[in-house]
Amino acid sequence: MTSPTRAVHAEGLTKRYGGKTALDSFDLTVPAGTVHGLLGPNGAGKTTAVRILATLLRFDAGRAEIAGVDLRRDAPGVRRRIGLVGQFAAVDEILSARQNLFLFGRLYHLSRPAARNRAAELLERFALTEAADRPVGRFSGGMRRRLDMACSLILAPRVLFLDEPTTGLDPRGRGEVWDCVRDLVAGGTSVLLTTQYLDEADQLADRISVLDEGKVVAEGTPGELKAKLGGDRLDVTVHDAAALDRTAAIMARVTGGEPQRHDDGRTVSVPVIDRVSALTEVVRELDAEGVTVEDLALRRPTLDEVFLHLTR
Amino acid sequence: MSTLLQPTPDTGVPYRVRWAITDAWTLTTRETSHWLRQPFEMAVGLLFPIMFFLMFGYLIGGDISVPGGGDYREALIPGTLAMTMMFGVETTMTAMAADTQKGVTDRFRSMPMSASAVVMGRATADLFQSALSLVALVLCGLLTGWTWHDGLPSMLLALVLLLWLRFAMLWIGVWLGLVIRSTQATASVQILVYPLAFLSNVFASPESMPAWLGALAEWNPVSATAAASRELFGNPGWGGDSWAAAHPVLLAALWPLVITAVFLPLSVRRYRRLSR
Ligand SMILES: Nc1ncnc2c1ncn2[C@@H]1O[C@H](COP(=O)(O)OP(=O)(O)OP(=O)(O)O)[C@@H](O)[C@H]1O
Ligand SMILES: [Mg+2]
Repeated sequence: MTSPTRAVHAEGLTKRYGGKTALDSFDLTVPAGTVHGLLGPNGAGKTTAVRILATLLRFDAGRAEIAGVDLRRDAPGVRRRIGLVGQFAAVDEILSARQNLFLFGRLYHLSRPAARNRAAELLERFALTEAADRPVGRFSGGMRRRLDMACSLILAPRVLFLDEPTTGLDPRGRGEVWDCVRDLVAGGTSVLLTTQYLDEADQLADRISVLDEGKVVAEGTPGELKAKLGGDRLDVTVHDAAALDRTAAIMARVTGGEPQRHDDGRTVSVPVIDRVSALTEVVRELDAEGVTVEDLALRRPTLDEVFLHLTR
Repeated sequence: MSTLLQPTPDTGVPYRVRWAITDAWTLTTRETSHWLRQPFEMAVGLLFPIMFFLMFGYLIGGDISVPGGGDYREALIPGTLAMTMMFGVETTMTAMAADTQKGVTDRFRSMPMSASAVVMGRATADLFQSALSLVALVLCGLLTGWTWHDGLPSMLLALVLLLWLRFAMLWIGVWLGLVIRSTQATASVQILVYPLAFLSNVFASPESMPAWLGALAEWNPVSATAAASRELFGNPGWGGDSWAAAHPVLLAALWPLVITAVFLPLSVRRYRRLSR
């Protein structure tokens, strides 16, 4: 069997709920072996896109192929090639981790011994062997998530869908899930991941689509998206919050960009094109006005800034 | 990958039938594993109808008399059996709602397994559990002096009619579970089941109720099954002049049929609507 070069390919996917368009001519190509991030604010249509691609939701227009299999023509074929990890851990909380894996293995139509072996293998791989026979109801959020992923990987799917896999997890749990995703990709699985956390997309995704109100508003590598925002940014942190307005005005005048205030109340940042001359000019003007500067930094924009810029 | 991850082929009609059966059985064993994991909950479930019987038989209904001088507790066992079958709707509904809310139903739907098995597995397990509660209550009845008087075939027919009511409740439960989709909201439905169970001939004679309530109670499907079981067990009943009171066995066969005919298609439609 030749493996398809495109894990996911969607053209013009459209989904309407009554009069509301939840997904509007959605295009997506995920090359095999890569991670694609779907990023967007609440209600952007991320879950809708994933549920359609995982055969859970019918769509009104467009077409899609998963691992070379057409979504409309062969939904069972798609189901054999995908794993889905939804927003909540979809495992049986009364049963043990081992029983869950055996149950789902049987439902994937593995023979009893194969299901048993596969369960042991996955428990080992997701570091759950020690807790394997305890009821899942007593698992931590991170462990439950890992079991959830393990259950989605029983048939070693070509494509794994992860809908907000780390929502509600503490930093340690998030790290565990990230490690799992990296391992999977190293083993050749393709991943489509939705998230509201920009650092997550930055950490994991090879490419990112930014969704807003059902439309893809930007697509590219994290680096490309950051570059879209007009290069570097200059941050100025003042000693005295009262000087913030004057500082913002100076920065706007010098660079011609729109200054943004940070939540800390003492930092202003502005996009800059000519880095060095902007920096020297701003410093000179601030000095002339007698503003005491505490910190000064030239940096690349964060994905947060890209995101806010694109979905405003 | 070290293990054989090649699932057996699952296309073509023979395979589909085969997987519908094995998948349903796999899901049935999921429920039986629940019982083994939670023996306490299982025991409470079995004791619940027994508690009702003891409460009404010895505490509340001590001096209720049955027309013709029959023993109240003799009439109570078939009534409580029918009520237990009706309360089964809660088991089905809660399990269905929990799976749907937690995304387990979606996981099933995203897998290459048989779609009908999701409900058929539930059906087999729920019927099996209800059969166990029937046995538990029958044993309790035998210990307290209750028995059947019209021979084994009639007695078995009564048990079949009881499970037939439970089968109908299954479809109401599946439908409600898919409509409600939240385990919190199931609690309010559970409370509503009580008046429906009490508005029947299970604990009191409909003749003793205000006329319009009595008429509702006589036509209640639970009453039909309770009265039919009393007749088939040869236990005393309330009697009555209505058509419903005169034809309990026929009604106990028809009611579940009607309920199934309505709620089975509704459940299937609801299940399909998950992908809307
Ligand atoms: N079953 C439904 N009926 C009607 N509208 C729906 C339904 N499901 C989703 N929507 C609407 O479709 C839009 C997209 O929803 P979706 O759940 O895909 O967003 P999302 O990007 O996953 O959001 P979140 O970050 O909150 O998970 C929203 O406006 C939502 O209200
Ligand atoms: Mg979502």
